[in-house]
Amino acid sequence: MEHFQITLSNSARADIRQPVLCGVVSSGNLEVLMMQSDSGGICTVDVNTSAVGFRDVWQAVLADFNERHALGGMKIAINDAGATPAVVSLRLRQAYESSRSETQ
Amino acid sequence: MNAKRLNQASYYEASARARIAGLVDAGSFDEFCPPALQQTSPHLALLDAPLAFDDGVVVGSARMDNRPILIAAQEGRFNGGSVGEVHGAKIRGLLIRAVREKPAAVILLVDSGGVRLHEANAGLIAISEIMRALLDAQAAGIPVIAVVGGSCGAFGGMGIVTRMCDVVVMSEEGRLSLSGPEVIETVKGVGEFDAKDKALVWRTTGGKLRRTLGEAAYLVDDNLDAFRSTLAEILGIARPDNALAALKADQAALTARRSTLADSADGLDIWRRAGFPAPEQVPMLDTDTFNILLAAHPLELAHE
Repeated sequence: MEHFQITLSNSARADIRQPVLCGVVSSGNLEVLMMQSDSGGICTVDVNTSAVGFRDVWQAVLADFNERHALGGMKIAINDAGATPAVVSLRLRQAYESSRSETQ
Repeated sequence: MNAKRLNQASYYEASARARIAGLVDAGSFDEFCPPALQQTSPHLALLDAPLAFDDGVVVGSARMDNRPILIAAQEGRFNGGSVGEVHGAKIRGLLIRAVREKPAAVILLVDSGGVRLHEANAGLIAISEIMRALLDAQAAGIPVIAVVGGSCGAFGGMGIVTRMCDVVVMSEEGRLSLSGPEVIETVKGVGEFDAKDKALVWRTTGGKLRRTLGEAAYLVDDNLDAFRSTLAEILGIARPDNALAALKADQAALTARRSTLADSADGLDIWRRAGFPAPEQVPMLDTDTFNILLAAHPLELAHE
């Protein structure tokens, strides 16, 4: 397993009243937990992945996600069992969409 | 509209969370030890293995047909729904809570190969603690209902836990047994049991056989709505008799079965014995047709 934290800057503020969990930790899949934090324009992402040596790819996928969504003041935690970058992007977006539908 | 579509979704394909959402009254689920608390397995962390924020089981309170229930759902896709220390403690805690809160029932959505082997003794102890808590809940008058319709079925310790429940609800896709097919093949050889023969696996562990033998009280179609309406029906009827005389009668029937069905190696033998007109066709029957045929040809077990 490899564990690291990636910090993203985002001035658009997230609004998550209830923590949201998407996905299941199984081979080639991952779970994404999104929570509100009190860290202003910062989003921290804790990644715990079984695929060692792909930190740069995680950085790229998360930076891309950060460009398209309001993540300021959000805390994300990820348990990954070897999901591809496309699956990670999909799961991040799914968690983001469910966090919005549950706050409305 | 959306809720309707969701309820007709496959139970087998749904995640643990989607199963709970599809079975209980909308918006009534309140999760205990939710994933945000990140109560993960210390054993898997020591082994440097992937973790899940809920350790593969979702527990909480909800309402079903407006009756209060406690419910647990195992996630078969995380380590085969296996019971580790944290996973087991969550189910045990739910059963202990039932004694205090007196819900209409505890519903266990079982989807598990049994003990999580990574956790060895801690997993075994967790299973035995679940069994003890289950007996305590039943002794306090709380019915415990097992639902088996997921990809991992109910095997090992969770197979025993399932059979301890007051009522078992299954779909044809569900499987219930003690040792799993691969375990039997590994230990006794392919001549004893061919785990790759899926038709054989389902004829010897699947929902239709379990319903015929009376171990499952209901066989339902593989959709959330069929499970939901059957569970609501069970909540509405008087709970099964757990008096000593009834338990002794069950024990006597099981003992008799050991000799009367001793030469049955396959579900086909059981359906032939029950008098089904075309036993070899039973695996192909839809649920309604099967249930009608079973009512007309119940399996009679001679009591000695």
